Amino acid sequence: MAQSIQETQEELIEEFGLFDDWADKYEYLIDLGKKLPNLPEAFKTEENVIKGCQSRVWLHAEKQGGQIVFEADSEAVIVKGMISMLIRVLSHHTAEEIMKADLYFIDQIGMSQHLAQTRSNGLLSMVKQMKNYALAFSAK
Amino acid sequence: MTLDIHKIRADFPVLDQQVNGSSLIYFDNAATTQKPKSVIDALSHYYASDNANIHRGLHALAERATNAYELTRTKIKEFINAPSSDQIILTAGTTGSINLVAQTFGRANFSKGDKILISNLEHHSNIVPWQMIAEEKGAIIEVIPVDERGVLDLEAFRNLLDASVKLVAVNHVSNAIGTINPIAEMIQLAHAHGAKVMIDGAQSIAHLDIDVQALDIDFFAFSAHKLFGPTGVGVLYGKRELLESMPPYQGGGEMIKEVSFEGTTYNELPYKFEAGTPNIADVIALSAAIDYVNALSKEALFTQELALLAYATEQLSTIPGLRIIGTAPDKIAVISFVIDGIHPQDLGVLLDKFGIAIRTGHHCVQPLMKRFGLPGTCRASFAFYNTFEEIDLFVKALRRSINMLQ
Ligand SMILES: Cc1ncc(COP(=O)(O)O)c(C=O)c1O
Repeated sequence: MAQSIQETQEELIEEFGLFDDWADKYEYLIDLGKKLPNLPEAFKTEENVIKGCQSRVWLHAEKQGGQIVFEADSEAVIVKGMISMLIRVLSHHTAEEIMKADLYFIDQIGMSQHLAQTRSNGLLSMVKQMKNYALAFSAK
Repeated sequence: MTLDIHKIRADFPVLDQQVNGSSLIYFDNAATTQKPKSVIDALSHYYASDNANIHRGLHALAERATNAYELTRTKIKEFINAPSSDQIILTAGTTGSINLVAQTFGRANFSKGDKILISNLEHHSNIVPWQMIAEEKGAIIEVIPVDERGVLDLEAFRNLLDASVKLVAVNHVSNAIGTINPIAEMIQLAHAHGAKVMIDGAQSIAHLDIDVQALDIDFFAFSAHKLFGPTGVGVLYGKRELLESMPPYQGGGEMIKEVSFEGTTYNELPYKFEAGTPNIADVIALSAAIDYVNALSKEALFTQELALLAYATEQLSTIPGLRIIGTAPDKIAVISFVIDGIHPQDLGVLLDKFGIAIRTGHHCVQPLMKRFGLPGTCRASFAFYNTFEEIDLFVKALRRSINMLQ
């Protein structure tokens, strides 16, 4: 049994708790971004693009067994680091779990500004889109 | 005259603050400029002492507000050397002014097959209003190309000009890369072919001397917020015979002489184009911004900005992999750049952590970004209140950010 959405969030909060300055946090985030495998070109389609202003973000979702599996990518590495965490938290869960998820870890690790409208980086839309996929898959 | 930078910085309260634990460095002046205390005070003074609707009331407050409002119009007239105050139309911004011309001059003068020339440097605000009216009228938009440096190709411009060109709409200065366009020469050429010229002065008004008569400009537009004044106020200057021949824009109060259900007669210039209660407070506060710039002299301010530009260009050029986009010989203090292998957005996020405000993205000039094959750039834009020390700190933070990202 994989860990719950809440357990993964707690794990991330603990990892970020080790850093006391912003630069260390961002270095870690950048590292996460670099380590996230690139999305295969075949999935970098216009349909998979999340409308965000500055960097392009792609999200691909699939149902495997009873679970939804997300893969995503971005041109900007900090966004990719954020995406990497969202995938770690939400991927491989059921539609119902994803729809219900309250992503409190983002605020707790001090990254909520990346979800603000003003960042126009598509992350807010990405979370919405992940939940929309969950909704769509659960309706099938 | 050399500027007393400490005294100047003290005039801009917003500059004195910490952002993410560092002193704010504001290098996003092409997006909007900061406001001196005199502008902020004028705004609160108006609401605290004079607030009234203008042009209609007979009472003391209405008279004070009307006088202050009309005084701004006179100051704008002097600032750009217009022949008369009634050729100064107050709008909501550059965008509002351009749309006004498109919807009135354009509606009355464009027909099928007519050409509108714009340039590859234009802000979306000087593209989309023309596309809208062109589509409606069957007119055609043609684009003056730019070279690798971001300089307009005047030879191509000459070749595009013919009797079917009704209007040339170009910016005086590019917001994304800072190029100063040779508008005097372009206006002469356009006029020789019978075309009118609209100049988008959003980026030149705060930096370059503007004399609409000497330049023989037909229409000139700018925004107060890029001139150290408030948001929500813009200006449209037009030649009298053009403004008089244009149909009104929006209908409503203020723009009429007499209304009956049988028909309405319109007010005179400039009121014909100013329907409804305008943005009184912000217009009045624009006076203070104009006074501020005049007191220091635009020329002295621009000299300081050019020194900042030269220093920043030299310092940035020492960073490996950094490429400056826009290397025109005549530029205002705007530097757009990209760094090999790094997305501009990542730099913007990290620089913000250092308390440094720059702009990243397409800067509302997607066709220009496409011309350079880029999704966007990083843009640092300076004003006279910026300092050489700030540039040093910026370059240091930039190096550190690049290290983190590579
Ligand atoms: C060259 C240029 N034109 C037009 C505009 C639009 O100005 P506003 O948004 O104030 O109407 C801008 C603002 O960024 C600009 O830089």
